Amino acid sequence: MSRGVEVNLDNVWIRFGDFVAVREANVSIKGGEFFSFLGPSGCGKTTILRAVSGFLEPSEGTVKIGGRDMAGIGPNKRPTALIFQNLALFPLMKVWENITFSLEVQGFSKVDRRKRADELLEMIALPDQGDKLPSELSGGQKQRVAIARALCAEPDVLLLDEPLSALDLKLRQHMRTELREIQQRVGITFIYITHDQGEALTMSDNVAVMRAGVIDQIADGQTVYDDPATPFVASFVGENNVFRGTVKSIDGEFAIVDTNRSGELAARIATSAKSNLKVGDAAMMFVRPEACNIAPDDAPGKNRLTAMVKHEEFEGQIYNVFLEGSEGKEIKMSLVNIGQNRQSAEGKDLTLEYAPEHAVVLPAGELASE
Amino acid sequence: MSAVQILRNFFEKNGIGLGTFLLVAVFIWVVILIILPQLSMLDFSFRHHLPPPEMGGPKDTYTIEHYKYLVLGAPGADTSYNVVDLGVFGRTLIAAVFVTILDLILCYPLAYYLGQSKGGGFIRVLVLLLIIPYWINEILRAFAFRIIFGDSGLINEVLLTFGLINDPIDFIRANVALYAGLGYAYILLMIFPIYNVIESLDRNQIEAARDMGAPWWRIHWRVVIPYAKPGISSGCTMVFMLSAGALAAPQILGGPSSLWFTQIIYQWFNQGGNWPRGAAFAIVLLLTCIIIVLSMMRLFKVKIGDIGK
Ligand SMILES: Nc1ncnc2c1ncn2[C@@H]1O[C@H](COP(=O)(O)OP(=O)(O)OP(=O)(O)O)[C@@H](O)[C@H]1O
Ligand SMILES: [Mg+2]
Repeated sequence: MSRGVEVNLDNVWIRFGDFVAVREANVSIKGGEFFSFLGPSGCGKTTILRAVSGFLEPSEGTVKIGGRDMAGIGPNKRPTALIFQNLALFPLMKVWENITFSLEVQGFSKVDRRKRADELLEMIALPDQGDKLPSELSGGQKQRVAIARALCAEPDVLLLDEPLSALDLKLRQHMRTELREIQQRVGITFIYITHDQGEALTMSDNVAVMRAGVIDQIADGQTVYDDPATPFVASFVGENNVFRGTVKSIDGEFAIVDTNRSGELAARIATSAKSNLKVGDAAMMFVRPEACNIAPDDAPGKNRLTAMVKHEEFEGQIYNVFLEGSEGKEIKMSLVNIGQNRQSAEGKDLTLEYAPEHAVVLPAGELASE
Repeated sequence: MSAVQILRNFFEKNGIGLGTFLLVAVFIWVVILIILPQLSMLDFSFRHHLPPPEMGGPKDTYTIEHYKYLVLGAPGADTSYNVVDLGVFGRTLIAAVFVTILDLILCYPLAYYLGQSKGGGFIRVLVLLLIIPYWINEILRAFAFRIIFGDSGLINEVLLTFGLINDPIDFIRANVALYAGLGYAYILLMIFPIYNVIESLDRNQIEAARDMGAPWWRIHWRVVIPYAKPGISSGCTMVFMLSAGALAAPQILGGPSSLWFTQIIYQWFNQGGNWPRGAAFAIVLLLTCIIIVLSMMRLFKVKIGDIGK
């Protein structure tokens, strides 16, 4: 199959009337990469994808596929294939006709088409299901048919618009691995849209995190998780405890934040904030639940805080401990269950500690709403 | 489920009062307004044409003479078939098919446009524009068409003024006015069923087809038309049935030479006073139309159940 080609968005703006759906998007996606757009509902993910597939012309800026400016080239002429949020299989065509519709368009004979359909059905592990109608398939099977239909056109870029959102959790996790496998097998560029951070992190080489039309950060999953560029990314990707305050002092990589309710706390300065964070700035400090631990003693420290335990949750491989935090929010701490019998600390004060390099400081900003 | 159970469920759901009312209303509707009149027409069509005093007398027996008349003509006529009536019959059906196709060609794009563009004030105005002509009664509409298409009508005047023709075209004689009038009269019955199904067609399917490189005609051929088939067939059925059975428009707009079959039926009922013959002719028309519709549905693989959708 064709090798993946690169996709570039240069300063792309998309407006609907006065409403700005996408603001100054600069993205460069390498050939053969699995790239995800991650963001909450309504942040403009589908809109960006439509601009890449050609259903929408950007109001400003250029979309390039394989280095070629796509302005004025319609969706039927672009080397992309789109898998729709609702799959959009043709309900009145048999599965094999659905899969090979692109070949029908190109005028291939029925015999050839049938042969290709059987190959693809084999690949998606649905042999002998070609003569069914889409309505006779299960959700996961439809999903795979939609993938086969898109791959049949041998696109250079496959665009996927939350294709797993309609599936149940188990199937979704299974399809994640399957998608990733397919991508590695065919080697083409995948652009994947999701509001599920788990999906984005497990599958992607790189992730763009979007907030209300703005791309906040583009990086690999690990970086997005460990070194978020904005408070929005920090709070949207994974779980995070947030402490608001002001920067008290800066010492190289680290800063001390004078938090409103939990005293002075130390944390690493996020890479994006290194050059512009100053003493006295309003700041937010983030500590992930799994970065917290119970301190061996209750001596105070710049990486410790003491609060009352409100309740605990046992989840199997982890315990979640919820401490009373500021602004009505709880501080969450996740402890790995290593088989020791823990005494419940509910109602008591507890001192937790964390390694400052596992916490980040960012200039105060907008958080993801829960 | 047994009939008794169905009935019990029905009454439980609607209550005794409303349930009874619904049952009686449906019964009256179906039996008194649909079945009985048609049965009596059927009965009529098999009777002799007798003066009133002899009705119910010894001469009042069943006969197929009227059906025979339609096919073979009057006994002792110089042709072996009733060429005149059969000719009109055939021409009426062909003309009705033609009107149906004309309406379909006109309405499909319009219905597609209405169905796929998402709402908006402009669309509502357009739909209103389509409905307003129906406030004007049929006769007025037909005569208006006569005026437009007449020798010194609007169209001829315009064509003459621009020098496109030298002599007025006789649209009435050429039946252009008739086809236009009939087509116009039933346009809504074609648009709305198609519009209804197309409105429920997921836009993403059209985009998916486009994304896979399909040109517009293939999108319609493979995606939209198959989906709209139930709407198309119910529209076509209604337009065909109604134009084959139309009376006013052919009466007013038809050329002098072109008799519509309904006009012959009307003549037998009215001028001829021969109700049995009129009934027989009408029943032949009805049955033929039903057969044509059913065989078309079979040809295009539409199920009756789909049409009600
Ligand atoms: N055709 C349009 N006209 C006007 N506004 C639009 C149009 N399409 C999208 N929008 C707006 O643009 C914003 C982004 O929409 P988009 O469909 O890209 O969201 P999304 O990130 O894909 O969300 P979801 O996860 O719910 O699918 C929304 O606020 C939406 O209302
Ligand atoms: Mg979307």
